[in-house]
Amino acid sequence: MLTVFRDLFKYDGRFRVAFIFLLLVVIMSILTIVSPYDPKKTFMVPADVAPSLKYPFGTNSRGQDLFWWMTFAVRNSLILGIITAIVSRIIAIFVGMVSGYRGGWPDRFLMSFNDSFVVLPVLPILILLSFLLRGRMNLWALGVVLGLFGWAWDGRLIRSQVLSLKERAFTRTAVYSGTRPLLITMREHLPFVLPVVFATTINNMLWAIGMEVTLSVLGLSDVTLPTIGTAIYWANQHQALVAGVWWWLATPIVVAMVLFLGLYLFFSSVNEFIDPRTRLRRIGA
Amino acid sequence: MSLMQMEDVRAYYRTEAYGISRSVRAVDGVSLELLENEIYGVAGESSCGKTTLIKVISGTVKPPLRVESGRVDFNFGDFEVDMLKISPEDMRQNVRWKEISYVMQGSMSVLNPVRKISRTFEDIVGTHQGIPDKKAFREQMREHVMRLGLPPDVLTLYPHQLSGGMRQRVAIALATVFHPSLIIADEPTTALDVVVQRGVLHMLKDIQAESANTVLLVTHDLAVHANVADRVGIMYAGRIVEEGPTQTIFQAPRHPYTEHLINSLPVIGDKTVKKSLGGAPPNLADPPSGCRFHPRCPLAMDRCRTEMPEMIMLSERHRVACHLVEEGRA
Amino acid sequence: MSANEKLLDVDHVTVSFHIGSFLAGGQLVAVNDVTFALYADKPEIYSIAGESGSGKTTLANVLLHDLEPTEGKVTFEGRDLSTLKSRRDSMQFMAKVQPVFQNPFETFSPLRRVEEYLVETAMQFGRAKNRRDAAKVADEALHQVGLSLAEVSRRYPHELSGGQIQRVSVARALIPNPRLILADEPVSMVDASLRMAIVNLFKKLRDEQKVSVIYITHDLATAYYISDRIAIMLRGVVVESGPVENVLGNPLHPYTQLLQESVPKPAATEREQWAQHIELGSTEVREYGRLGCKYAGRCPHVMDVCKTKVPPEQEVEGRTIRCFLYNDGAMPETASPVQTGNLETA
Repeated sequence: MLTVFRDLFKYDGRFRVAFIFLLLVVIMSILTIVSPYDPKKTFMVPADVAPSLKYPFGTNSRGQDLFWWMTFAVRNSLILGIITAIVSRIIAIFVGMVSGYRGGWPDRFLMSFNDSFVVLPVLPILILLSFLLRGRMNLWALGVVLGLFGWAWDGRLIRSQVLSLKERAFTRTAVYSGTRPLLITMREHLPFVLPVVFATTINNMLWAIGMEVTLSVLGLSDVTLPTIGTAIYWANQHQALVAGVWWWLATPIVVAMVLFLGLYLFFSSVNEFIDPRTRLRRIGA
Repeated sequence: MSLMQMEDVRAYYRTEAYGISRSVRAVDGVSLELLENEIYGVAGESSCGKTTLIKVISGTVKPPLRVESGRVDFNFGDFEVDMLKISPEDMRQNVRWKEISYVMQGSMSVLNPVRKISRTFEDIVGTHQGIPDKKAFREQMREHVMRLGLPPDVLTLYPHQLSGGMRQRVAIALATVFHPSLIIADEPTTALDVVVQRGVLHMLKDIQAESANTVLLVTHDLAVHANVADRVGIMYAGRIVEEGPTQTIFQAPRHPYTEHLINSLPVIGDKTVKKSLGGAPPNLADPPSGCRFHPRCPLAMDRCRTEMPEMIMLSERHRVACHLVEEGRA
Repeated sequence: MSANEKLLDVDHVTVSFHIGSFLAGGQLVAVNDVTFALYADKPEIYSIAGESGSGKTTLANVLLHDLEPTEGKVTFEGRDLSTLKSRRDSMQFMAKVQPVFQNPFETFSPLRRVEEYLVETAMQFGRAKNRRDAAKVADEALHQVGLSLAEVSRRYPHELSGGQIQRVSVARALIPNPRLILADEPVSMVDASLRMAIVNLFKKLRDEQKVSVIYITHDLATAYYISDRIAIMLRGVVVESGPVENVLGNPLHPYTQLLQESVPKPAATEREQWAQHIELGSTEVREYGRLGCKYAGRCPHVMDVCKTKVPPEQEVEGRTIRCFLYNDGAMPETASPVQTGNLETA
């Protein structure tokens, strides 16, 4: 694992950038522990102070230190992305692999279920849900809901992979070696499916964080909770740009870009690395 | 008359991934002459460098493949060209299709699957010399196809409507539109059934006999060479180990590798036990020292392990690279 | 075991696929009324030879119980394959019948070490209780194919040559101590200098291990070299079968004759016969749908009867043949044994 890390760091520029960006994000998230302010409290510091040494990101019109407030925002957005990714990956892998390998009626059942989720318009439903649950939709609930809506395409992708893997001769070799179906999927197919899973995980996180931003900007999430989205919501509420408090809006945008770019570059770099073809090249094929 | 003179060509694949750089010496010191009006067969097993050799000859060297040294000189009669230095523009305008054309295994890739065969003909001719009169051109194509013994109706069909053998023959027809000096046929019949293979190879032979040009026939199937080629070169691990007239190669092979290959071929009507060689073809990223065949050669001597054998001329047209032959022991 | 007890009995097996849509479409009869048997007391190498589209691989899948025949039945050691339902049944069957596949580089997952498959087979089929015993079993099997565990252990497929993998593949198939090995084009993708090692291996298995081998191939030369009996298939039909010396040494069916003389000889001295021109069809020959003999469209000796009636199997000069040319004058009364489809009109 360490050598993998070292190789990637040494030979892939994308990975270096991603590493630095994600490190910043993680450090910010960890700093929440030592935050001197509770992000829910307002007017702890002078309002509308431009970025300075004392307040690196400035303060907002609600009297909050933006740096410390953003540490919570980044942490919460990241947690949301992770919850969504875990929930949707579990469903996608299960549905994709079972459906692909078993075929027959389980496949037909799972795929009709899957198709329903593919065609559901996610945003209107989320807006509706947010209206219904307004205020009660905490981070975990939102993460799980997004996860429930975010697996369908990836499940299909995994299924199609497994379908083609199933036709390859090595699957038949495994069958005639007496290997049980569950082990065949785990040993023969999972290594080929993992890159897809990984690629879609990061995509899914980005999608979840973006979704939250959308809902928050519209004011449909729990706006008392600091996230990248609610940061923009509050800035808009106080007409930060008109008032000349540009840093209020600039801070979440820059932080979001660092987070998105970091995740994206990390994804493309690692994805190339764990691609079976690259892996084959590395082991000398 | 010589059509192509290839001088000590070395072409290596260089790849680098995560700090591991590898160089695969796919063609490593090959000299070769193609004459006018002949079918030259290149035989060799998988990854012996025969595909790379074709890339060098046809001027389609692209990274990671690089030609390290050597020359490939063509003499097309009205002009001469070094294939390793030719400009892409010159290549496209004067050489590809017009002087050198290419028939490969499973020719789906040259025939556009969504265009009728006649359209593919028009596309290729159009980009190379333009078609002033479409109607006259169609008539010309019909004649060309009929002269090659194909039903002219194939021109109105799509590639997927043709059988594998007919597709392959259409690809040959396409390759001969401009009467090129050299037709490179890369495993042209490998995926085909024996009966179809026979038909396709007949056509290739007929065309060559009629237009007296050169065919470079590359296939691993020695029985095909025995029946089609005029001269055969045997490749092993990136080098030509023996070359000679087909009759000589099959009746009196001198290199132990050639001899083994020919003697191990099963023949209908013969049930005597055929022996197999031990070992496996070497990895070209790390070829053995000396003669590359020595780890598998039943007759290897000390000298074979350290010293690379040079080509010896046994007669005007028969040459072999083997220390045993040089020392008169085989 | 009594004499003439059948190891494998293929009894009038027909496989047809429905092709096209529900409304417009036809039956494609991939395997058409095939009958043969292998005997328990006489291990042999039985070749099934044919061109692409002859149905030989479909037949192989039926024999491996991957596919149920549409008509007829396959019996192995007295048990009808269609009665194999549970995993236990399948395991018992797979312990006796094992496959070897065509492409050595596809037989094993490129991301797994090849020995894993050997160990797995030994454990699953009860040859070993733990990995250590399994490794021993694997080593023994590898020795039978001229390799050893030391040579292949910790290796990935790409680190071995095609010939080596194919031998590992045979070794894996040998671990459950099978009675029958079904090899589908096992040498067609193996280099010439390594090919004979595998072909000779099958002979050795027959002679020393008493394992029968069904060798499926398009390569008549290797088929002649190793097999005892051969069946020539054309569009699902076995047109000629019997001892290989008779069938290939002196082919009687016009199709077998064409096939046999189209094999190029690896000698530069007999070029003339091979160079005689032949007729080839332009589009995919729709021979599956023919009502009578599938070869009638190309046969130089075609008669009227060939186009309407299916030639029955008959014994001629030490072989079984389906051809009216060898019918002793009497018009056969047999109707078509299977309903052939209407591909031509579909």
